[in-house]
Formats: sequence, structure tokens, C-alpha cells
Amino acid sequence: MKPTKILLTAAAIATAAGGVSAEEMTIVSWGGAYSKSQLKAYHEPYSEKSGVTILNDDSSNEAVAKLRAMNEAGNITWDVVDVVAADAIRLCDEGLAMEIDPDTMLAPAPDGTSAADDFGELLVSDCFIPQIVYSTAFGYRTDLVGDTPPTDICAVFDLEAYPGKRSLEKRPINNMEWALLCDGVAKDDVYDVLATPEGQEQALKKLDTIKDSVVWWSAGADTPQLLADGEVIMGSTYNGRLFSVIEEQKQPVAMLWDAQVFDLDGWIIPAGLSDERKQRALDYIMFATDTQRLADQAKYISYGPARASSAPLVGQHAELGIDMAPHMPTDPENAKNTFLYNYEFWADYRDDIDAKFQAWLAQ
Amino acid sequence: MTEATSDAAFVEFQRVQKSYDGEILVVKDLNLALPKGEFLTMLGPSGSGKTTCLMMLAGFETATHGEILLDGRPINNIPPHKRGIGMVFQNYALFPHMTVAENLAFPLEVRKMGKSDREAKVKRALDMVQMGAFGSRRPAQLSGGQQQRIALARALVFEPELVLMDEPLGALDKQLREHMQFEITRLAHELGITTVYVTHDQTEALTMSDRVAVFDDGRIQQLAPPDQLYEEPENSFVAQFIGENNTLEGTVKSIDGNTCLITLDDGSEIDAVPINVSQPGERTTVSIRPERVEFNKDRLHADAHTLKATVKEFIYMGDVFRFRMSVAGNDEFIVKTRNAPDAVRLNPGEEIEIGWLPQDCRALDA
Amino acid sequence: MLAADGTPLKQSLARSLRRQKLRALLLISPLLLFVMFSFIVPIASMLFRSVENSIVSETLPLTVEALGNWDEKSGELPGEDVYDAFVRDMVIAIDDKKHTRLGSRLNYEETGMSSMFRRSGRSLKKLDPETDGPFKDQLIEIHDGWGDVKTWQVIKTHSAPITNGYFLNAVDMQRTPDGAQAQPEDKQILIKLFGRTLFMSLVITGSCILLAYPVSYLLATLPMRVSNMLMIFVLLPFWTSLLVRTSAWKVMLQQQGVINETLVWLGLVADDARLVIINNQIGTITAMTHILLPFMILPMYSVMQTIPITYTRAAKSMGATNWTTFWRIYFPQSIPGIGAGSILVFILSIGYYITPEIVGGTKGVFISNRIAYHISSSLNWGLAAALGTILLGVVLLLYWVYDKIVGIDNVKLG
Repeated sequence: MKPTKILLTAAAIATAAGGVSAEEMTIVSWGGAYSKSQLKAYHEPYSEKSGVTILNDDSSNEAVAKLRAMNEAGNITWDVVDVVAADAIRLCDEGLAMEIDPDTMLAPAPDGTSAADDFGELLVSDCFIPQIVYSTAFGYRTDLVGDTPPTDICAVFDLEAYPGKRSLEKRPINNMEWALLCDGVAKDDVYDVLATPEGQEQALKKLDTIKDSVVWWSAGADTPQLLADGEVIMGSTYNGRLFSVIEEQKQPVAMLWDAQVFDLDGWIIPAGLSDERKQRALDYIMFATDTQRLADQAKYISYGPARASSAPLVGQHAELGIDMAPHMPTDPENAKNTFLYNYEFWADYRDDIDAKFQAWLAQ
Repeated sequence: MTEATSDAAFVEFQRVQKSYDGEILVVKDLNLALPKGEFLTMLGPSGSGKTTCLMMLAGFETATHGEILLDGRPINNIPPHKRGIGMVFQNYALFPHMTVAENLAFPLEVRKMGKSDREAKVKRALDMVQMGAFGSRRPAQLSGGQQQRIALARALVFEPELVLMDEPLGALDKQLREHMQFEITRLAHELGITTVYVTHDQTEALTMSDRVAVFDDGRIQQLAPPDQLYEEPENSFVAQFIGENNTLEGTVKSIDGNTCLITLDDGSEIDAVPINVSQPGERTTVSIRPERVEFNKDRLHADAHTLKATVKEFIYMGDVFRFRMSVAGNDEFIVKTRNAPDAVRLNPGEEIEIGWLPQDCRALDA
Repeated sequence: MLAADGTPLKQSLARSLRRQKLRALLLISPLLLFVMFSFIVPIASMLFRSVENSIVSETLPLTVEALGNWDEKSGELPGEDVYDAFVRDMVIAIDDKKHTRLGSRLNYEETGMSSMFRRSGRSLKKLDPETDGPFKDQLIEIHDGWGDVKTWQVIKTHSAPITNGYFLNAVDMQRTPDGAQAQPEDKQILIKLFGRTLFMSLVITGSCILLAYPVSYLLATLPMRVSNMLMIFVLLPFWTSLLVRTSAWKVMLQQQGVINETLVWLGLVADDARLVIINNQIGTITAMTHILLPFMILPMYSVMQTIPITYTRAAKSMGATNWTTFWRIYFPQSIPGIGAGSILVFILSIGYYITPEIVGGTKGVFISNRIAYHISSSLNWGLAAALGTILLGVVLLLYWVYDKIVGIDNVKLG
């Protein structure tokens, strides 16, 4: 046994006393408005139907590291975990998440379409059940960008037309793609170029042109706050965050959907659960990812359901009473020019480019 | 210093008052004058205002009212470091991060004295207190008595004309304390320094001082040389505070010049010297020292008044015998006799008659 | 020396003390166990993890053995024996779902390994090592990476079960077939961050000393009632969440924030030239100084409290001015408090993470932010452990230097 294992096993024994009782399951998610939407759309109806008590744990942003630690300790306390697709792929690679067969473990669409077809190519990993499509897009201050509001992603790089600060995420993902796109690289060639050191340098050079005007964010709530305070005139963040700034807080902010980057968020079930807990987790998954449930979630937050069959069922916001469809990143009006997060590419290049990106930032 | 001015006060408190909170006066209307070279002790119970007076003199407290003069100059507005007063503190206040020699050199250094002068003076001061070999030690490496000597040497090394001492011997054991009492007075007289010494230990005050100021309740109750203080207390506080004392309560029956007749509360009568009484009928506390009480009738005047006493307890103390008696309703009446060859041992229960010479008994305030 | 009954005195004494010692041990055993499990074991495991690299040799035992005969500097691909061994290893690894883990591990060293192992896994699964050989061409067919000398070089270079690779990475170097070499310049960041962390921790410690000294002095000298009040203000930050405090600094310091607004309103700063005092080093130093200030004030205060007023009085009575009294008498005696506070603040700030992350922008982040990245995002725990070990080493080294210069017995917490 490795020393860490001894330690973690000891910790596991210590916590075993408070282990999982028969009618409880722990579901891990992101907290905030997002967890609330899941509570309304999934947890409450599921508890009512099955009698299982659901415990919430807002640890998704460190889920990968924690699952790895739990796995080493041999004591997994989580039953279902909400993660972004990139993390799901990593968890699957590391053997920390169990594989899911969509045809037997997930509900088919009401019209009989199999779950595999209904989710389509959004099933990016063998371990991952997609839940929502969200996007990273820009919002801008309508009162601070002059008379011609930006309609093009390259406005971000245009300091002459749009002087002022902009906020970007403090990581290379998305920023590098946008930089290349606005430096004349064709959309289809972006990842080929980015795979070369020259391409990476080119992207960083483009980012160099606005470096002094960038506020770098690391939490999804940063950009909404920066926009609300007028600290930046435009900034990227998750579209749901921008929705709440625009529609709930009524700030003078508008969406710049151009070149939004789609990403997926969904469930995984940790590998190594006992059969009983595994069955319960699968039962929950089967329920929570059916067509109606996914459509229901969109009543509470402006993220698009991952099933094709859910889209027509998206209705109005539960509290604001506005149509949610036009606020969905997947709405045709918004999705004229989009990226899909390139999971394979970033799984390979993430550390390499991140090191270069951080070195560039520190210059 | 000429003869003409040597009698003038070197330190003078003029109508000084001090209050910390604006409500209570801790020093009430203090007037005090010290000639140069005098060793004056401020004696009193804690909270009597003596230390406050010392601190005002040193400059660490300001007088609320009144003037303090040093060598004829008012010093109320002079900061402590310009007063040139040496000071010894209760816990010595030797700087722990400096050696003994550095401690002593400090007052010379801040006076910008040259290095060689400094070293000579430090050496002389150390020799003066017989600590010449300890210059390179740290204070923490010295015993209490040694630290005390160093503190003394440090207060004297810059040759101040006035030295203040705030209960400097309080932390020493009895034997060392007695030795240091002698050392301090010797040095003070040898160097001709004016010294103001604060203590609550009356033995210290009596053995060391030229004059003692007894403080109570923010006032000087009596200012006198030690013998006078002991033998002629001016009020019952001083009589009680200094030395052992017996008191009896009574009323003045008659006054005749230097003697008066007191009727005690049990009806018996005794003679006393009228001090704080002026007319018959006044209430008074008479005070008599235990060693002045006589029970050998032969030694009393023939017409002296005597009192009945019952022996309650006999205490053998080596050089003296001590009897506790019940006299005129006072069960704590103490009588002392020298353990001389002809001394009488009284046994508990014996009933005797006691008396004293009228000049030994003082009729004080009630 | 013999005891009364003839046994040696030492033995007799040991026996009589044994009971006491046992009881003492029993009393401290909960704490001892707690420290063992919560402190010593994790640190030991961190130290171990920074050199542990058994995954390669455990997942590909035959391959590693076969690669032993291959000259990685020859520039030629290894022979069929290596490919054969590799397929045998991989078939087992794929069964255990270990190949993707290995891919992730090797991807830290050579970009592209992760997807290469994952993709190859699907095709390799179908191969039978006994019947389907030879494999060299088949493998290169599956992914052309297997036809790249570099791939095999990486596997061989990183096959040792105990490696210095993570430590090399931690100081911006890498393990190569030609020995340790510097990382490409555009990836060098960690040494810089170490330097910055140390420098900024020193600045923070310094500004804490400057700010805390007068406050502690006041606390130690004011009347009890007033100083208690002041103490509450000092401790107040302890009672609010770290995140709240840090976010409050954001509101204060940002360009549309309280300080800038006030300066603009007063006309001291032009509206278009607002000060940039957040998302950089100034922001980190300001916020961290504030957050760590109590750790400086408390030891200073408790030391100053023990300095009797008679020292200053004695000095003044000897003719020292206020300044001389402070500098020669008071200050030297307060140094142990400064020492204790400095060590506390410095060591705390060197490992700080949340505050630099929130207000540090790009130039105000610390090495711990990188450690956090490698723990939770890249999952490169070996590198994180190596960075942590170096940080621990630096702290111990500084402690040693401090002991040599100032003397650790000159430090007291009260």
C-alpha cells in the first residue's frame, strides 16, 4: 500500500461511520442559480417520485481532484456528479467515472428515438451524460460602446473602435481561438494552426495587442460584476450569467453572440460505487435526463437542453415569464457563428499551452 | 553653593494638587520643602499619594494645580529628560538588552560624553557599589541584590543632585534589605545628594531618613525626623502607623498646661499630654507606646493614675517579653518589657495595675 | 551507583519513572495521532509523490524492459520486440482502463500523448498479441505517433519508478534523453513565480511591520478600556470571511471603485487617468497586508505588553529624549515581537492563494496559484508536490537563515 493510501484509508474509516444510508444520495453540482434550477427541475420531482433524499454538495469546480482523492482513499461519498465535458473526459481517462451505455441506461425520446441518437454527437465521452449546452460569449455595456454596438467577435480586439477594458478568462481556452479567428485564420483551420508552436505564438501576439486593456477573470461571476460596475465595457462569461445581468438585474448590457463557444455540462457517476448505490444513481440519471426534465430546467436558467427532443418543449422563465427560447445559445438567431469546445485538442494541449499562456501573462 | 543659599529649599512643592479623573484628588494641597543634601522619605500606605508626588517630581505626571520648584526654578513644564534627576525604580528597570556597563554608560552617552570619560565614570560608579567585576554581565545574570546595586549606580553615575527612589528595596529579602538600607544612606551622605525615597515600610523610613513625611489620604500627616515622629506623633494616624501603639478612647476632663486628665470610657482616669485637644469635654484617643507602660509601681509617680489590667497572653520573643492585656475595654493592649535579669513574667489571668509617665501618653484626635 | 536493594540506581530510577512516562504518553497520544495523520503523513506523502513515477513501469512492464536494449539517441525506431511488448502491455492495460491514465501522465511531458493513447486504445483492444503480429507497421497505421522516435524516447526517459522529472519541471527544466535541459523559454514561468512569491511576501511582511508597529504600541500603552475597543477592530477581520474581505478590496480599489471615485471627485486624479491599483501587485500587497495584519499585531502586542513603562521612564530620567528612549530602549525590546510576527506573516503569505487569485490579476499571483492549478485543473499532482516540496524547503531554509542572523530564541509570541 502506498503511504497516501494508508492515510486516506484511515480517513475513510473515520468517515465510514457517517456513511450513506439507504435512502440518501449525494449529488454534486456548481451551486448558486444553477443548482437551484436542478433542484426545481430534477431533485424535487425525483424525491417525490422515489422517496430518496438528495444531499447537495457544491464542489463541481474541484470535482476531478476530489474524485481522484476519494478514489485513492477507496471511499467514494458522491453518487452523481455534475461536471463540464472536459472534466468528464478526464475522469473517464483516469478511470474515475463509470461508463454509461446510452441505449440501456438512458431514457429514449417520447417519439421512440434512442437516447444515443437524441443526444447525438454531444455524447463526447463514454462516461458522460450531457445535460445542458451552455456557451461562453461576450456581453457589452450598451452605454459604453458608442453608437455602433459590436456585432463581431473581433470587436474585442479592436481598441480603436471600442476603447476601454474588456474581461477575458484567465486561461488559454477560447481566448486563443478568438485571437486566431481575428488574426485572419479561417475557422476550420483554427485548431490546426493552434497545434503548432508558431500558431500558439501567433495567437499570443494577437492577444498582446489588447493585453493592457484586459481584466482577467477566474470566477464566472467576475464578468457580470465588472460589467455592472462599469469596470469593463465588454467581457466573456457563461451565457446564463449574462442572462441574469440583462433580464433579472436589468443592467444596460447586451449579448454579443458571435463566435460563442459551446460547451457541455452533464452528469457522471463515479466509478467504484457499491451495486446498490450504482443502481440508485442510474435510476436518478434515467429520470433526470429524460426529454421533459431537460426541457424543464430551461425554465429556471438560460441554458439549452442537451437533447434534440427537448428543444421544442422549452417554454417560459418560471419567474420572469419571458420566452426562454431567444435566450438560448442554441437559438438559430444566436447560433449563426459558433464554436464547439474542442475536447480532444484541449485534452492534449491544455497543459502545454497553459504554461505558455501563463508565462505570457507574467511577462 | 554658598552658605547664604544652603538653607533655601532645593526641592519645593507649593500647594500641589493632583487628580487623574477630575473628581478625586489623590494629592491634596501639598506643601513640602527640602534643603539640599537631605534624605527625605515619603511614607504611607498604598494609595496615599506618595508615589504620585514622586512621579510629579520626576516629570512623569503633571500637577493639576500648584508649582514644583527645583533649585528655585519651576519645573512643571520641563520634560523629564531635562530635569537631571536620578531615579531608582522598584523593579530596578535595568535594560535587559544591555550589559551592566552599557546600562551605566547610557545616561552618559545621551549626554554626549566622550568614550574615555564614560568608561572612567562607569568604572568608578561600579566600584562605588562594589560591582567592579560585573560590567560585562547582563542584568538577568545578576541576583536581586546585585541588580539593585547596579540600579543605584546607574542613577548616580551622571552625578545628579537629586535622586528619587521608588520602593527600591521592596523585592529584596529582609537581610539584604537591611544591608542595602545602610549602603544607600552611606552613599547618599558621602556624595551629598538630595534624596527623596518612597516606601511603605516604616522601619526603612525610620532607619534611613533625615526626615520622614507620613502620607495619608493625599496629605502629609506629619513631617518630622524619625525620633520625633515615633515619640511625638501629632495625630492618631501617625501614632498608629509608625511603630506599635496602644490606643484608649475617652473624654478630656481637665487640661492644665502640659498635662491633662482623661476619663476613659469605662470611667477610669489617666494622665496625658494634650496634643490635639484644647478644652474639657472633647473626645480623644490617647496613645501610649507598649514599652512605656509600667506595671512596677515603684517606677511611677506616687500620685500617678493607674488602670486595672488583666493579663491575657504572654509571648516570649527573646530580647523582649510581650504581654497582651485587657485594659479599659481594650483587649488588644500590648505591654513590652526588656528581658532584663529582674524582669517579671506575668501569667495569663493575673490582675495587675498599670500606669505610665504623663509625658509618654498623648491625647490625640478622636 | 546502586539503589538500596542492590539494583543499579539508573535502572531503579527508570522503572520508577516508567509509569509517569507512560501516563504522559497516553495523555498526549490523541494529539500525537492527530499530528501524525493530519500533518506528518500528508507531508511525507507529498514528498514521496514528488518523485514517484511507477505508473509507466507498472503499466508497460514488458515495454520498459524491451526499451532497455534500445539506444534512444540513435535516431532510429525501436525494433519489433518493443512493439510486440507494447501491444502485450497495452492489451492488459486497456482491460484495466489504465492506458488513458498513462496517456495523461505522459501528456505532461509530451503534448499529444493523451489523445494518442485514448484513440489507439480502441483499435489496440481488437489485437491478439499471440496471433496478430508483427505489430510495428500495424501500430504506425493506427496512429502515426508510434512511428515517431520521440514517442519512444519519452516513454523510456520517464520509465524510472523514481524520477527527478517533477522537480526538474518545477524549476523550469525537463528530463530529456540528453539529461536535464531547460524548458523552452516561452514555457518558463515557475522560477519567476517563486521569485515573485518570495519578493512579494517580503514586501507584505515589511508593510505589515510598518503598519502594525504603531497600532501594537497603542494597544499596549492605552488604558485597558480603549485598548480593548481597539483590539476588537484589530480582530474584526478575523470574524469576516476571507472571500468577503478580499471582495471588499475589489470594491475599494477597482477603477470605478471607492478610492478612485473619491480621488476623481477631489480632483486629484483625472477621470481618464484613474489609478490602476487592483489586478496587479499593488492589489495583492494591499489586500494581503490587510488580511495578515492581525498576525503581525498580535505577537507584537503581546511582546510590547510585557515591556514595563519603567524602562522608558528610567531612560528619560537619565536624560534620554523621546526618540532616543524609543530607539535605544523600547525598540530593541520589541524586536522579538517583530520577529515572531514576521515569521508568521511571511510563512502565511508565501503559501497564500485565494487573495492573489482574486485581486492579483496577472502580475500579482503567487506560486501557490500554480500549485492549485496543478492540483485541481491539470491533475499533475507530481508537479504540484514538487512545487510544494520546494516551497517547504525554501521556508525551512529561510527559517535557518533567520535563526543564524536573528536567533530563533529572540522570537516570542508573548
